[in-house]
Amino acid sequence: MNEYADILIIGAGPAGMAAALAAAPSGARIVMLDDNPLAGGQIWRDGPQASLPVQARQLRERLQSHTNIRHHAGTRVIAHPGPKQLLVEDDDHGWLISYDKLILCTGARELLLPFPGWTLPGVTGAGGLQALIKSGLPVRDERVVIAGSGPLLLACAATAKKHGATVLRIVEQASLTSVAGFAAQLPRWPAKWLQSFSLFNRHYRAATHVIAALGTDRLEGVRLQQQGKIVELECDRLACGFGLIPNIQLGQALGYAIEGQALAVDTWQASNRADHYAAGECTGFGGSELSLAEGAIAGYSAVGDVEQARQWWPRRARWQGFAKALNQAFTLEPHLKSLARPETLVCRCEDVPYAALTEHSDWRAAKLASRCGMGACQGRVCGAAVEHLFGWQPSALRPPYSPARIETLMCLDDTPPA
Amino acid sequence: MSQGRVADVIIIGAGIIGAACAQALARRGLQVLVLDAGLHNATAAGMGHLLVLDDNPAELALSDYSLQRWRKHAPDLPDGCAYRNNGTLWLAANAEEMAVAHSKYLNLQAQGIVCELLGAGALRQREPELREGLEGGLLINGDGILYAPATANWMLDTPNIRQRRARVTEVDGHRVRLDDGHWLSAGAVVLANGVQASELCPELPIEPKKGHLLITDRYPATVTHTLVELGYVTSAHNAKGPSTACNIQPRPTGQLFIGASRQFGTTDPQVEGWMLAKMLKRAAHYMPGLARLNGIRAWTGFRAASPDGLPLVGQHPQRQGLWLAVGHEGLGVTTAPGTADLLVAQLFNETPPLAAQPYLPQRFLGEPVYA
Amino acid sequence: MPELMLDGQALRVADGTSVAAALALGGNGCSRTSVSGQRRAPLCGMGICQECRVTIDGRRRLACQTLCRDGMQVETQP
Repeated sequence: MNEYADILIIGAGPAGMAAALAAAPSGARIVMLDDNPLAGGQIWRDGPQASLPVQARQLRERLQSHTNIRHHAGTRVIAHPGPKQLLVEDDDHGWLISYDKLILCTGARELLLPFPGWTLPGVTGAGGLQALIKSGLPVRDERVVIAGSGPLLLACAATAKKHGATVLRIVEQASLTSVAGFAAQLPRWPAKWLQSFSLFNRHYRAATHVIAALGTDRLEGVRLQQQGKIVELECDRLACGFGLIPNIQLGQALGYAIEGQALAVDTWQASNRADHYAAGECTGFGGSELSLAEGAIAGYSAVGDVEQARQWWPRRARWQGFAKALNQAFTLEPHLKSLARPETLVCRCEDVPYAALTEHSDWRAAKLASRCGMGACQGRVCGAAVEHLFGWQPSALRPPYSPARIETLMCLDDTPPA
Repeated sequence: MSQGRVADVIIIGAGIIGAACAQALARRGLQVLVLDAGLHNATAAGMGHLLVLDDNPAELALSDYSLQRWRKHAPDLPDGCAYRNNGTLWLAANAEEMAVAHSKYLNLQAQGIVCELLGAGALRQREPELREGLEGGLLINGDGILYAPATANWMLDTPNIRQRRARVTEVDGHRVRLDDGHWLSAGAVVLANGVQASELCPELPIEPKKGHLLITDRYPATVTHTLVELGYVTSAHNAKGPSTACNIQPRPTGQLFIGASRQFGTTDPQVEGWMLAKMLKRAAHYMPGLARLNGIRAWTGFRAASPDGLPLVGQHPQRQGLWLAVGHEGLGVTTAPGTADLLVAQLFNETPPLAAQPYLPQRFLGEPVYA
Repeated sequence: MPELMLDGQALRVADGTSVAAALALGGNGCSRTSVSGQRRAPLCGMGICQECRVTIDGRRRLACQTLCRDGMQVETQP
């Protein structure tokens, strides 16, 4: 089965949806892929314990109303066999999609840093816990500690509380000054951001971080460094994430330039590769409003609607300002690099401890000697961690860009190029 | 050590061959300096398959001797080397290939190498994942697998061995020049850097042969032996154009390691989708269930191939002081112990443990010009 | 409300529940055993970390990105 798209969009979060809707009126044949079962990305993840904002519902309905937009859920990109061709796979089969224009909206993931006990069942990311709860994870009457950095911690706390969990503590590593400075600017931004922000939450602690997750077979408690003191709390869940990092692997593999750890794009959301665009968190973290603006610009640019694209520039600029403030406030403190002990696992796929990495000077040598990064996550978790810990640049992704069934890889044409 | 010399022996290349030679020399009391440019070539990419190959008597002698050494010293290897004595099972798809299996069986038995012929039923009993309709196979029990990068590192972690990250730009007998301009001198220099060797010695007939590999997620207890098609010997090993052959190796982790492909005339390390597909189709032809498994990583490597499929081990006939241990193609990991012992014997002017003649560099480079 | 089999036990869940959530609804939430023998459970919830690899109707899939369906056979990795 071969498919053709005038515009191929990777990712059905706010940016991808906005791009599809911007491009739709042109009549272009639009195909949108996402690896999740439903559109919405992370922030608008739907599920039995999710409550989608009205805006998200409306966008989804509008998407469905356009007959020239085709959405493939549960679909991942596996390889790039030709200049404008991708091999993709869903739960049932693999196939090739040829395209004229590509818009990457691959979003961001949480930075997960290793600390003693982080592999215990019961420990998740902060966005991770929120995503799991939305898709039905039961947390009623569970005691939850939320830790790491960024406004996502508060969003996670709100979701956990809403579904019956007891949030014992929200543990932010940034200093109170940084966080307060950010909060002081909040009135510049719409009320919906203010709603999820409450420094008056009595469980919130700044300048605090997790030292260890405690327990034998399962999480039983946490040890915190709380403003200079050591504190231990019994709990059932620890949701810990250190902010968001752009998912650039696919873009990098496709030849997109990277700038500041994000995909580099110009004012038209165009990359250095002709007919290849990117929008949303993969071009730099900034929240859903920025993603919507960038997605719209990318969609309009891709169909050549320069006028409409330009009209979104002011909105994008406004939300870029918010993003900048956010990133500055929640900069990660250096002591987070020293949380891991020699025996703390860094690579969870291959169970490689911190001690096995420290004798090496670069990613490739460490990987070969220890097998760190050779597992199923293809270095997405450990690679981000070691980049933060040691400054090592992980290598570019080779195909398969995600674990893929061998029968999918067998879909590739096996005749040698002329 | 004489004045001006940084070591008794300088070895260029810290892959499995350089590492094995370094260990052997160091254990004889020599001070060894291993220089490596950090390019991570065949040792890093390869399958770590330990196998006897009997395409010709010299290949059989070297691989068999080396396997004996591996089996003997396996208990010394740390866990990270992942050594397993799991055997190779050569697969015969038809009567013609079964006849080849039979003659290999006779040949190997005559050399005292333990092996078993299996009929169709016995084959599927030993490896239930294999497709129906195969004629049978030849099981070579003494073959095995290991993780080469960790093994090379273990070999280099021997007293009397120093390592240095450096790129050699010129070789002049027993002296080498680094890319910072400095010359280093030793009693002897050993060139053991695989495909890179012809950069330093353009006269060496070494050609890079590209290979693709893929590894799956963990599926424990799926396959026991390393499965290789007999067509491997007849077609792929000696072919000129691009070719693939079924090669499925069970890793101790439960992952399946899939090969094998061969291409000449390219040094592009990119994974080529068409070759990957071709290789996977060939493997799935023997093991249909492979199609449903997840592949998690694919990569390529370059084997250093010599014109007759045998390595060059011995003195460089024109450059006094320079010794060669290159051109091992797909048998580098297997024949590392034999290569090291051959080299050490020649350096010390002792009787080698197996005949050195077939691997001497002069067969390509001409007779020695010095005494 | 789909009913699935999780490690041989029947489990009924709300529509749209992910298999990752089902692991906690019907068991101890664990999905697999690591290389060194540790039990693991979903970590990132968004298809990145690969901790939630389970066998679903005979295929290795990510529990956090798979919705429960009626008759689905889920096996956690031993």
